[in-house]
Amino acid sequence: MAVLNEEQEMLRDMAREWATNESPVAAFRKIRASGDPEAFDRDAYGAMAQMGWSGIIVPEEHGGSDFGWLSAGLVVEELGKTLTASPLIATTLAAAAIVLGGSDEQKAKWLPRLAAGETIGTLAIDEGPRHDPAKLSASVAGGKLSGTKAFVHEAHGADLFVVAAADGLYLVEKGDGVSLATRKLADQRSHAEVTFDGAPAEKLENGGDSLLGDVLDRARILTACEMLGMAQAVFDMTLDYLKQRVQFNQVLATFQALQHRMADLFGDLAMMRSAVEGGLQALDSGFGVTRAATIAKAEANRVLHAMSREGIQLHGGIGMTDEYDVGFYLKRARVLEASWGSTAYLRDRFAGTSGY
Amino acid sequence: MATQPDVTAPGADDAFREEVRQFLAENFPPELKGKGNALASVEGPTQESDAQRKWREAMGERGWGTPTWPREYGGGGLTRRQARILDEEMARAGAYNPIGGMGVMMFGPTLLEYGSEAQKKEHIPPICRGEIRWCQGYSEPNAGSDLANLQTTAEDKGDHYLVNGQKTWTSGGQWADKCFCLVRTDKSDKHRGISFLLIDMDAPGVEVRPIQMISGMSPFCETFFTDVKVPKENLVGEEGQGWTIGKRLLQHERTNLSGGGSLARMMGASLSDLAKKYVETDADGAIADKVLRDRIADFEIRWNAFLLTARRAAEESKAAGGVSEISSVLKKLGTKLGQERAELTIEIMGLQGLGWEGEGFSEAELAGVRAWLFGKATTIYGGSTEIQNNIIAKRVLGMLDHQ
Repeated sequence: MAVLNEEQEMLRDMAREWATNESPVAAFRKIRASGDPEAFDRDAYGAMAQMGWSGIIVPEEHGGSDFGWLSAGLVVEELGKTLTASPLIATTLAAAAIVLGGSDEQKAKWLPRLAAGETIGTLAIDEGPRHDPAKLSASVAGGKLSGTKAFVHEAHGADLFVVAAADGLYLVEKGDGVSLATRKLADQRSHAEVTFDGAPAEKLENGGDSLLGDVLDRARILTACEMLGMAQAVFDMTLDYLKQRVQFNQVLATFQALQHRMADLFGDLAMMRSAVEGGLQALDSGFGVTRAATIAKAEANRVLHAMSREGIQLHGGIGMTDEYDVGFYLKRARVLEASWGSTAYLRDRFAGTSGY
Repeated sequence: MATQPDVTAPGADDAFREEVRQFLAENFPPELKGKGNALASVEGPTQESDAQRKWREAMGERGWGTPTWPREYGGGGLTRRQARILDEEMARAGAYNPIGGMGVMMFGPTLLEYGSEAQKKEHIPPICRGEIRWCQGYSEPNAGSDLANLQTTAEDKGDHYLVNGQKTWTSGGQWADKCFCLVRTDKSDKHRGISFLLIDMDAPGVEVRPIQMISGMSPFCETFFTDVKVPKENLVGEEGQGWTIGKRLLQHERTNLSGGGSLARMMGASLSDLAKKYVETDADGAIADKVLRDRIADFEIRWNAFLLTARRAAEESKAAGGVSEISSVLKKLGTKLGQERAELTIEIMGLQGLGWEGEGFSEAELAGVRAWLFGKATTIYGGSTEIQNNIIAKRVLGMLDHQ
């Protein structure tokens, strides 16, 4: 755990307490059972916004707290531990895009609403099932955007889309010219193919050529925070289970074959945490963000992948049941691994940006 | 270990930085620029050039080779902040720390914690000046991973102990002046029968035989003790406290063996630079072998995550005040990655990377082969990876044998 200041410790403790009490995995089970395609609880998101979480990276002049990315990451990690379904990450990333690329007018219009939780935002970037921001065909003519975006996170609840066209990022409000086709994935959260057919679009003019890349780096790092919370939770619940389950008249935790596997996972988890926190610290310092984001998401992918598989295996048959939570983490894990860069994509990017 | 409080008056950093620069300009021999500290490593050699001696003495005089150790025992008495400035300025000047070895890495910090006042006064200053080489008398033929099974005995003879037995894997034993040693003072209790004793390597009855390893080098020795008389004042702590003190020393050892920053500097050329030199590149300057390129990226991402972990552990232990059980995690991770890197290195070079000696190979290529082989020791010594896994599972994760 990074060394935190008092403000950050309070924020983390508050998020941990809220997630544990108000948003355990049971809350997600309820949402899933409701069949609501939005797949989150509006009251719960309202409470999160009340606590200021949707404005952590938004400047104070626009209604946020400007606590920084490490603070945002702490909250997201805690919510990841209990698989809290919410548009917090999506909205934070939409806000980040406007902070980086918006005009004064766009900032004044959207940031206070996003920070207050009144407006839900999301990124609409990729056009296929594999992350590939170099291949974009969405285009804009006369202020109207057309194109189809695949697997948009939190699309059903979104009021505002940050859409990548071939020549830059645009803000598109839901409504005329925007239609959704639900794509129900294994994690049973909100995903949709979003078609823009001559939808009114406003360009984010600032932020330069690197705007899309900068926004994606933030997406990688914040997503890695959710994954870190998930990996920590799977590790903790698996360790608990091994300490309780008795076979051959012995608790499983006393078997060396299992002890060493947990020691391996513990080491991996330490590396994942360092990489993810390194990403957040890079964002706050503004130094080495691209490299840090690649390392953060690549480590998050590698470790959560292993953790979610071992979590099932070490639970045994009971881990395969819907009644146990561990399987929920496995399904969400793969969705997040594939989002904003698979492991193969990130290795290629690391080599490319390192000059080899 | 006591460290000066990290409080600095405004402008004091700049003044200290200026002092360091002046010291380096006056004392660091330019011909040593960019050279490593081979003399302080456990693998020897012992021959020192005039320039090397002059540099060691200058640093030793100031205590700056052991910058945060207390001034009263010959350390630098610097704050961590000042030590960092010293580090930065030395790196800038291409200077190395000439004070090192097991005395600095392991024995000194342990003695500062457990030694008597007289022992600290006697043994710490020569370590700070780089005058005395220490070696470690821990492992025995039948006490490897099961270290507490050690059988070398120290019999109480009134005014001295009489030591008999055999130690093995004594790193640098052939060059060492003194040995910190775990000995058995009580056969009835496996752990509480162990004591921590300091033995002169030139005392009558001490015999050292180097062991030739698969690397062709002999960094380790067998050490035999036959009726060796050791003065009573060379006992550290109390009789029976050796296991506690000895384990503490291992935590220092693990923190150092895990590598981290110093290892990164030691490793020299990056794998990708190496690959560009030995493997074809495409028109964009990328490594043409895409599979190899992917594996190098995979390794370097994990290596970076490890370096971040080492840094995080240092920051966290600063708050907690000393080394901790996280040292087991670092040792396990760092040594595994170090071996992976060595395997990748020789693979990239092909057969050119497996030269044993003679014509047709560069010095770096030959050194790489020996380093690859020597590196196999890193997951075995200092508590094998399997032992680290036991420590992590039992002490950190609470997965006990009996519940």
